Parts: sequence; structure tokens; C-alpha cells
Amino acid sequence: MLAATTHILPLTHIRRARLLPSAGSVLVKVGQSVTAVDVIAEAPQSQRHVFINLRNALRPPAGSNLLKLLVREPGENVQAGDVIAETRGLFQRVLRAPSDCKIIGISGESLLLEMPGDLFQLQAGFNGQVVEIIPERGAILENDGLLIQGVWGNGHTGLGILHVMANAPGEAFTASQVDPTLRGAVVFAACCNEESALQAAEETALHGLILGSMPSNLIPFAQSLSVPIMLLEGFGSIPVNSKAFHLLSSSAEREVSVHAVPWNAANGERPELFIPLPASGEIASEVAEFAAGQTVRILGSPYAGQIATIEDVLPGSTQLANGLRAPSASLLLENRQEVIVPLNNLDVLE
Amino acid sequence: MANLEAESVLVIDIGATQTRVSLFDTVEGQYRFIASGVAPSTLQAPFRDISEGVYRAIDHLQEITGRLVLNGDSQLLLPTQEDGSGVDHLFMTFSGEPEARIITAGLLNDVSLESAQRLANCTYGKIVESISLTDHRRTEVKIDAILRANPDLIILTGGTEKGANRSVLQLAQLILLVCRLLPIDKRPEILYAGNQSLAEKIKDAAERWTRVHVAPNIRPSIDVENLSAAEEALNSSLLRLRARQISGFDHFSQLCSAPPTPSASAFGRVIRFLSRVYDPAKGVLGVDVGASHSVLAAALAGDLSLHIFPWGLGKTMPAVLDYASEQDVQRWLPLEIAPNIIRDYLWQKQLYPASLPLSAETLAIEEAVLRVLLRSAMRQAAQRLPWEMPRFEPILAAGAVLTQTGHPGRSLLALLDGLQPVGVTTFILDPNHLATSLGVVANTIPLLPVQVMESGAFLNLGTVISPVSSVRSGNPALKVRLEREDGDVSEVEVRSGRLATLPLAPGQTGRIHLEPLQRTEIDPLHRRQARDFKVVGGLCGVVIDARGRPLRLPANVNQRRELLNQWNESLNV
Repeated sequence: MLAATTHILPLTHIRRARLLPSAGSVLVKVGQSVTAVDVIAEAPQSQRHVFINLRNALRPPAGSNLLKLLVREPGENVQAGDVIAETRGLFQRVLRAPSDCKIIGISGESLLLEMPGDLFQLQAGFNGQVVEIIPERGAILENDGLLIQGVWGNGHTGLGILHVMANAPGEAFTASQVDPTLRGAVVFAACCNEESALQAAEETALHGLILGSMPSNLIPFAQSLSVPIMLLEGFGSIPVNSKAFHLLSSSAEREVSVHAVPWNAANGERPELFIPLPASGEIASEVAEFAAGQTVRILGSPYAGQIATIEDVLPGSTQLANGLRAPSASLLLENRQEVIVPLNNLDVLE
Repeated sequence: MANLEAESVLVIDIGATQTRVSLFDTVEGQYRFIASGVAPSTLQAPFRDISEGVYRAIDHLQEITGRLVLNGDSQLLLPTQEDGSGVDHLFMTFSGEPEARIITAGLLNDVSLESAQRLANCTYGKIVESISLTDHRRTEVKIDAILRANPDLIILTGGTEKGANRSVLQLAQLILLVCRLLPIDKRPEILYAGNQSLAEKIKDAAERWTRVHVAPNIRPSIDVENLSAAEEALNSSLLRLRARQISGFDHFSQLCSAPPTPSASAFGRVIRFLSRVYDPAKGVLGVDVGASHSVLAAALAGDLSLHIFPWGLGKTMPAVLDYASEQDVQRWLPLEIAPNIIRDYLWQKQLYPASLPLSAETLAIEEAVLRVLLRSAMRQAAQRLPWEMPRFEPILAAGAVLTQTGHPGRSLLALLDGLQPVGVTTFILDPNHLATSLGVVANTIPLLPVQVMESGAFLNLGTVISPVSSVRSGNPALKVRLEREDGDVSEVEVRSGRLATLPLAPGQTGRIHLEPLQRTEIDPLHRRQARDFKVVGGLCGVVIDARGRPLRLPANVNQRRELLNQWNESLNV
């Protein structure tokens, strides 16, 4: 059976396509090195539209062809103050562009203008090299290093030196642990239960916060902050899985990028942290089948976040303690306990 | 009339988390369900192509049946080969992922716009914006709102026949202006289902910018609503959208004997059919609870009312807090679970929608959410039904959360707690998800669903009698006597507030005699409901649900938990 996979890898080669949601401008070239926070492409978004009633604005003689009053073409970009329409004759009237805009055309008696909105800026997401340009949409980036995928992010990207605050996988992260010397750092902590801790991270201007878990009621607050926040395990009080804990604990003081985007199951984009390394890795497979000997992470209490090894993929369906029946595997936990868990609750770590 | 040369049929169902293929063939001249194969769906990353999931499901089917459906190059063998491999017909159904982003546009909020919204609720879509004449936003603000909403489809309605023209054209003009502003690949399709005298004009004007479909007016007069013809056009739009969004869709579509159909529509067809077969004075109800959507299909004498809710027990589980409250969920918990644990579990389920509850605690949370979901769906559907809420018999339940509980009593209790039927009804389970398959085949091979249903493809959970009583809780409400065909007799006096069961094995028949005691009616809506009638046994026997309607749970948490556990025990859960 196909297995869900999560990458927690000390060394791998990553190749990621970074794409704009709509057509825009690509700002990088093939061969260029970029950092996680560099903007590699941008596109206009949230444009506003304005109707200007030509008859009211210019008061042309009755029966005038409004289209003929335009002195610029539909589709043209104009600057603030440019004349875009005018009447002729003794009492000339002009209509000027209220701001930089694009002329769309005339609908009825009104001229439709498109005002530029915000610019959506696409960041690289990790330190890497541009290997391919996708015209008007973005680029493909590659690099080698340590990769850990998360399960939730608040939508921001950051880069900084990794500070390991967690001494144990389930240790609580509190506001008192955040001091001003951490400004600009990326902090790895375990379980955050308090809004004040997140607030402290924001006020100290951390460049990233990597957590094992946090309560779901902190989601709106975390989303309101600008510090990138990434969860490795999920919601509740779930200890960091031992594999990620060891990798991060041994990576203190290295530069790490935190690309804390929300997990998009449709296109596969996940929150990721990445530490570039001066070595070559292999591209990790995105597809796995359940098999004996695999290392898995268990999803769901009472074993949430625990790492185990598959001893055997059981045939058919197995009845669980709570009465449900499902295809399952027998597992050996790290504490040598043997348990049976449905395959749906296993995440292969590759 | 069936094409009698078409003996074998394969139906593919693409779900949010699971892909299923079901094989039907003739056995001794009758269509029968043979087996199903399942595999995780692959419409999302890393595959983003349904093919892998389909082929894996077929592999599973081949393992179970020993029958080859694919050749050595993994291609479907169509039609059946001389050696018996392959199938004669292929059909496909698909459900809610990804959801279509729909904008509804009509003249008046409580007339055409409301009908447009009801139409949108008949498909796997999300209404992301609504525009009407009574919308006081400036035109440019409406334009920006439509652009921000990023719609896949715009349902444009308005104008009864011989009604408003100019207003509808104004709306159409606004929509076309938006289409002009969008790059060609981002332009939404338009479904026009308004005043038919404008149809050609609107189609001619719009076709320059985007794809337009015309359907009969969904509101031909103020007091008449006709959604069914427009539903077909809506499903066609959804199908085209899927084909653009998901790789592999086109490939399998081209092999199908009929256009792929949304699972909910196929399910609804079967419910409609059953409503023509069973007691016309009663409706038939179908519920299908999935990972990302739930469907409630109610039909009365061939008239179907279909409702799709963006609620499920997978990815959309946190949405329970949108249509209900934490307290609503807590009320159904037979053990103590802190509110934060409940919330965290719901959000964790969004991250891992296919995961199963492993502990008694998490199973209790899911079962509580299931009850709240069913109750909320019934309430909302009741407000949208085109007729007065009928009694339903039978009630067909589908979806793994209802059919794979491991215990029939657990399935039945969830349905009773959520749907709370009154009177006499029969509950049927669809453990192999056949209703959807039968519905998509029905128009092409009408005999297949009939024969498969007659062969006992569904599981009878049992007959449930739910009297209405104002008798104080704990006092006798109803006497029941069951005479089995083998001569055995069971009698029970059922007290108000209790559940009781009388054993009657599946397939076994008996005769039931009901004696309502003081202030108790079997069914206030059908006062002529017979008190003496034949029953067929089910997995739960015959169940008497004298807990009252609506179910009232004690405010005291300890009393409530005790009662919930008591009810569980009554059905041997």
C-alpha cells in the first residue's frame, strides 16, 4: 500500500519549483545563488478597478461617440496626470489619470481603469541555486543539505542561525526563555503552550521558530505574527519525534532557512527547514510502499510522534482495540514495545 | 432495456482519500456485485494523477477475484476478452476534491439568488461570492470582489419567464467585464439558468470570452423552482473542471460508457429510484458521510432533493466548529475529554485526514462529531426541502465512518442519534459503497442496479420503531410483541427514555405487534400507522427507540455520560 512520507534527512539534494500564483516577472537568472528570503519573482495582485463616467467628467456634446474621446488605447499603461480623454473645440475639457493605472476600456458611458494593487513577492524559501527559469512564473532551485519537513506553517519565510532551546522532545517553550540576544536567530523549541511565548518570539524579532507542537487555539495568533513559525508534529502537546530532535540538536549554530508555508496536499508544498551542507546528497523519493524494516512516525494518540520500525505489514484487516478494523502493521517502538497500528496512521520517514 | 451482451461492468470511484473499483457481472443470468478493490487516491501530490490510484485499486481487485482487468501494459481490457479477462463497460464517479469555486448571481436575494445558491449546494462547490441587484456595492467593488474570489464557475440566474430582461443583461454585462479582465486560462465558465428569452443573446455575447452553458430557468415563476435540469449542466461543468485540474481524468473519461458523474448525483439517483419502489407516502433518505463532504439525499415519490455539505470526518473535520459548537460535540461524549483535546484532535485530523482514531478517547470524539454532523445536516436539509418533512423508510447509510465501525449497533446508534427519525423505519448499510456505482450505471444499464439491489447487496441493520411519547422518563411507553416465523415470541415493555432490542436475525421474518401506552403515539404524522405488521430481521434485530424526539440529553454531565453509556449498552456497543 502507498505510504504517506515525510522527509527528515541529514543530507539530501532538494529541487523545488517556486511559482507565482499568476503571471508576473521573474527576477533571477539561471546559475544565480539566492538566499531563502530573496525575492525571485513578483506579480501584481489585488488590483482595484475604478469607473469614471465620461459623460459626467467631460460633458461632451450630446450624441458624441465616447470612444473617440479617448486619446490613449485600451490596454495602455498610463502615469498619474497623463491625459487619457479630452473633448475638442473651444471649451476643451480633459480627463487625467488619477494615478498610475491601466486603461481597460469603455463599458456603457464609463471608462474602466485598473489601479495597481499590492505586489506578490515570491521568496526562494531556502538557500540554493537557480537551475531553471519558468517564464513569467518562477524558477527551479536546487541545493544539498539537511531537510526536515513540517506539518503546519504560518506562511512566512526566514533565515538565521539555529539556536537549540529544547533540551528534551517534550519540553515546554516559555516566554522567559526568549531573550534579546536571540534577535535574528532561528529557535528550535519543543512544545509551545502559551501565547506569551509566541509574542516574545515576535518582539525579539526571531527569524524563525521551529516547534514540535502547539495548541490549536494559538493558530489565529500565530498566523497574525510575522515571525515564521513551523510545527513538526502538529496540534496539542506532541513531543518532537526523536529523529528530528537529534538532527536539530546536533545542528546548533548552523544557518537554517525556515519556509513556514501551510501544507498544501494538492501540490505537495510543505513547511520545510533546510540547512545547506558542503556535500552531495541524493534526491529523496516522494513515493513509498509500506514494508518491513521501514522507519515510521505514528500519527495519533496514544503513540503520537513516536518513531517505530515496521516489523510486519499484516495481511487483510486487523481489529483494533477500539473495535475498528483496518489494514495494519506490527511495529517495534523505540522503547522496544510492540504495538499494532493501522497503516493509515503511519508516516514513513525517508 | 439492458444490453444483454454487456455482462460485466467496472465502476471507478475517485474519493478524496480512497479510490475504489467495483466489479459487477452476471451470475446465472442476473447482474451481481462481485468484488471491490481499494487503494489510496492519488489525485494529490506527489502523483497529482488519478491513474496510479485507479491501477492500484484494480490490482487489488485482480488479487481478490483472480480475474484480469488490465493487460500486461497496464491498460484496461475493454471489452471482455475470449479468455474472460477484461470488462464490457467502464463507468466513473468522483467526489469533492478539489472543490469548485462558485459565484452565484441573481436578481433578488430571496428569489433567483436563493435558487442559484440551492443549485450550487447540489454539487461539490463552495460559494465564494454572491452578486445581486440589491447588492449596493459600487460596480467596481463588485468587479474586484469577483476577481478576488477567483471563481471556477459563475451561476447566472434571474428573470422569471416573461419577466425582467434589462436587469439580467446588466448582471451578464458585469460578469463579462470580469471575464475580459482575466487571462484566458483563469476565466470562469458561466452557467446561465435564467429567463430563457435572453439565453441566446447572453450566450452569443459571452462565448467570445468564455465557455457558456444554458440550462432551463431554475425559477420560471416566483413560486416555482426547477433545479434538476440545471443540475445536469452543473455536473457537466464540474466534470470539465476536474478534467482540467486533475491528470488522468480525461483518459478514463474517454473509456467510460457514460460521462463520469459526481458521486453525490449518482447516490441521489439510487435514492430517487428507491422512493418510487417503496411506500409512496413515505420518503427515502440516503446519507453518505465522507472525508471531505457529506451528502444527504431525500426523495419522495420520485422527487429528489439533494444536499451536499462541505463537512466530513477527514480534512474538513474542524469545520464542525463552524456549523456547531464545542458544547454540541461535548454533549455526545460518554467520557470526560477536555475541550482543548477535542479542538486539537479536529485540527490534527485536518493534517492527516486518512488517519483513524486509535484510542477510546479519539474514537469518542469522532463519534460525537459524526452525530453533530448528521443532526446539523438534517436540520439544514429540512429547511431546504421542497415538501414538508416526510417520514423516511428506508434510510440508506454509506461512508466508511458509518459502515466500517466494526459493530452494527455502533453504526445504528450514530444514525439514530444524528437523524432522529420518528415512526417506523428500516436502516440499511451500504458497506461496499455500491449505491454510487449503481447510480452511475443506471441510465445505461437500468437492469443492473435493480438486480444487484434485489440480490441483497446492502445490509439490513434492522427495523426501528421510534414512538413519540410525553410519558415521564422511565415510565412505560410501549409494549412490543414479536412473533418469529419459527414460533418463538419475544415481548418487551419499553420505558420512555430507553432503547430496547428484540432479536430477529438477518433474513428472518416475524410479525410485530405494538401497543402504545398512555400519551404515546407510534407516529403522529401517520396516525393510521399499522400497529401490527411484518418485519424482516437485521443485524440489530428490531429496535425500539423510546428516547423521545428531539433527543434531550441531561445538562448534568455525569448523568449525561451515564445515559450515553446506557444507550451504548442497549445496542451491545
